Amino acid sequence: MRTMLIILFSAILVDNFVLSRFLGICPFLGVSKSLKTAMGMGFAVLFVLVLAAAITWPINRYLLEGFGIEFLRTLVFILVIAALVQLVETILKKMLPPLYKALGIYLPLITTNCAVLGLTILNIDNGYDFVQSLVNGAGVGLGFMLALFLFSGVRSRVDRADVPAFLKGLPITLVAASLVSLSFFGFKGLIERLFG
Amino acid sequence: MAEKRTLLPVFTNGLLRENPVLRLVLGTCPALAVTTSVENGLGMGLAATFVLLGSNIAISLLRKVIPDRVRIPAFITIIAGFVSVVQMLLKAYLPALDKALGIFIPLIVVNCIILARAEMFASKNALLPSILDALGMGAGFTAALLSMGFLREILGNGTLLGAPIPVLQAGGTVEPILIFILPPGGFFVFGLLIALSQALSKRLDRRAAARAGAAGGTKGPEDPCAACGLCQGKGGDQG
Repeated sequence: MRTMLIILFSAILVDNFVLSRFLGICPFLGVSKSLKTAMGMGFAVLFVLVLAAAITWPINRYLLEGFGIEFLRTLVFILVIAALVQLVETILKKMLPPLYKALGIYLPLITTNCAVLGLTILNIDNGYDFVQSLVNGAGVGLGFMLALFLFSGVRSRVDRADVPAFLKGLPITLVAASLVSLSFFGFKGLIERLFG
Repeated sequence: MAEKRTLLPVFTNGLLRENPVLRLVLGTCPALAVTTSVENGLGMGLAATFVLLGSNIAISLLRKVIPDRVRIPAFITIIAGFVSVVQMLLKAYLPALDKALGIFIPLIVVNCIILARAEMFASKNALLPSILDALGMGAGFTAALLSMGFLREILGNGTLLGAPIPVLQAGGTVEPILIFILPPGGFFVFGLLIALSQALSKRLDRRAAARAGAAGGTKGPEDPCAACGLCQGKGGDQG
């Protein structure tokens, strides 16, 4: 239980994928313009992250390690993720139209979100077991949502602010991201203090 | 000779005007993550260039064979194959760099620059232009990563290529500003470099427009989606 909590909290706050590991920057910059799209993307990513963690773990353990073909990991994982995203899209379209309507447009974009492939590879590299992988996936997804949620708020202010002309647009957005990332440094000692 | 003249812009395009990182804002994740030093930036840039070159060549040669409907999965498979090659080569010959770049080597697969060039260029053009396009885009990517790594290593660590610069060391004229090699510094330097490249290409555009006597439309980086085109205008942008 303790390890689960440590994994969960460090994935959300300390090792936030977007703000301290630089994974999933593109959707972070792309869809953070409004709170609504940010939350839509956040939920879609959370959903796919947990599913991808659940599927790639057994594939790695029983297929890749079982047959000694770990060198195919990158290739297999990206294809599994691409197929998974496609599958989720089709299933949601048929079974849960309201959810599809909410997440639909974000799903195809997730294949190339490096957070998903990154998570599945990190789970293996860190030697997590099945449940730990799932918890890590959920933590990373929640962390992604939190970062998007906070940043879309910051961004709506920045967009209205009077910034120097040469910083207008993307540059000031990145400077703002730098400050949000700086604020997450406050969580650095959290895990040691709480669980250490 | 005439052919050469038309091919040259294909190569130079990627360097500044359509620099994948600074102008099109693709491949931002590795650009931010591995540029804590010049060495890592260079390593990442060359690794991605190798994959880009390989995938552009393979896709350009196979462009008439790959069915249109399954082209994206086919591209991803080809790219993943080359990434695996790079992964194994680095692990065997440059283990230190492999460790420093870590997870970002397998993540070259989802680097949007490579998929975008496959989709927008290699799948529509012959072998030679595709090779030049890959080299140009790769050089642009490497140049952007190098300049980020250069600034961050000098400011944040007081070293250049691992060699300490006395004035910038602790106790020197300027102490190293650690924040520059930490994540916030990455965002900050990236923002400033984009501002710089925007200003630079605006000036170049103005000069070109003045020379041509006509106002040319400026192509801003505000819409990276249009550059990537993978999502077919379905929403935000990806890398």
